[in-house]
Amino acid sequence: MKEKRDLKIQAIENGTVIDHIKAGQALNVLRILGISNAFRATISFVMNAPGAAGIKDVVKIEGKELSVEELNRIALISPKATINIIRDFEVVQKNKVVLPSYVEGVVRCINPNCVSNSSEPIKSKFSVLQSEEEGVILRCLYCEHVISENIAENLL
Amino acid sequence: MKDFSRKEIDYILDTAEKLEPVARGEERSRLLDGKIIALLFFEPSTRTRLSFEAATQRLGGQVLNLGSVEASSVMKGENLADTIRVISNYADLIVLRHPLDGSARMAAEFSSVPIINGGDGSLHHPTQTFLDLYTIRRESHLEGLKIAMAGDLKYGRTVHSLCHALSLYGAEITLVSPPELRMPLEIVRDLQKNNTRIRETDSLEKIIGDVEVLYMTRVQRERFPDPEEYEKVKNKLRVTGDLLKNADPSLKILHPLPRVNEISPEVDSTPYACYFEQAFYGVPTRMALLALATGVIE
Repeated sequence: MKEKRDLKIQAIENGTVIDHIKAGQALNVLRILGISNAFRATISFVMNAPGAAGIKDVVKIEGKELSVEELNRIALISPKATINIIRDFEVVQKNKVVLPSYVEGVVRCINPNCVSNSSEPIKSKFSVLQSEEEGVILRCLYCEHVISENIAENLL
Repeated sequence: MKDFSRKEIDYILDTAEKLEPVARGEERSRLLDGKIIALLFFEPSTRTRLSFEAATQRLGGQVLNLGSVEASSVMKGENLADTIRVISNYADLIVLRHPLDGSARMAAEFSSVPIINGGDGSLHHPTQTFLDLYTIRRESHLEGLKIAMAGDLKYGRTVHSLCHALSLYGAEITLVSPPELRMPLEIVRDLQKNNTRIRETDSLEKIIGDVEVLYMTRVQRERFPDPEEYEKVKNKLRVTGDLLKNADPSLKILHPLPRVNEISPEVDSTPYACYFEQAFYGVPTRMALLALATGVIE
């Protein structure tokens, strides 16, 4: 049994492991980190893995430690995710993602008439707020439209 | 508009009041002598543009006009950011009117001179709100005002920002609209959070005796899929001599203009009508904004 689990989530020598991602959000985590074909590190991920607090997704990025600023963007779509920095197979740092107060060029404004959705040479800009009732709320710094749900669907 | 505190609004309105004799042509001013004000209007708005022009010229400044969009570099595909970078080298201040939401904020990022938002997209038209506030202060009073907003409260941007500004002065606001055009719930909630008393109705008759200012707006035909429904609503939200028989004698009626038929012409000659004076107040208000933004008044 243990051998099978190891096959699913192999340990990495050096890099970043993003754990406790909300189930189903692994691909969006890659998107929010701007990880595409051009990214040169090996990426592996598991979706809907059983964990202590129900099912979760896990993403592993080998040989690369991402910056705190990049990683905190994950909080927009998965506020309970944790970041493990691995060096020589050891976890040298473990942190929860922290919701940033401002994000630029990460999410598209949902207002089709917003200047950030035009051909102007600007990036989208949002202030980020957290409310107890509505969770994470983004407010466009150009047109003031609010995104309070489906943030993952509006990733750039 | 939400960026302004009550103290800042009061200061702008005080400045407008000082400049009013100049706006009326009774006094002369050279405050903007040697200054060039660029008017970049990417959509037509004769009233706003002309009142900015009048305001600049009354203060002795010069106006640089974009002219028609069709004849400009915009038609060659230049983006707004580049236009702003170029024009900000020609002028001391830019007044921008643009159809995209948030374009004034973007322009401010690219401009080396101050930008005044002359209306961007469907959301903001702050100089209209300042002139509405100025009109209310001159013709009635701002503190604890009992005001009714009538007409299209769903899409009417002037109404939304005016309500926000009035909530700073402890207004009691009555919203008068057909159910289809009610004020968006999140705005009502926002206002209530600021301890503003709100009541909603669909009839002017019920409330006309109980308000000090009536702010009328135009109900647009295209908001109604059914023409019959439009006719019904249109006639219900109409200010006539009959309606005003029950009005408070001190009532003032405002309208951002242009009106279609929501205020009957017979009302124009009554002491209640304030909408043409309101259009004039756009000049001293914009003079104050120009003078403060260029720094000729601190």
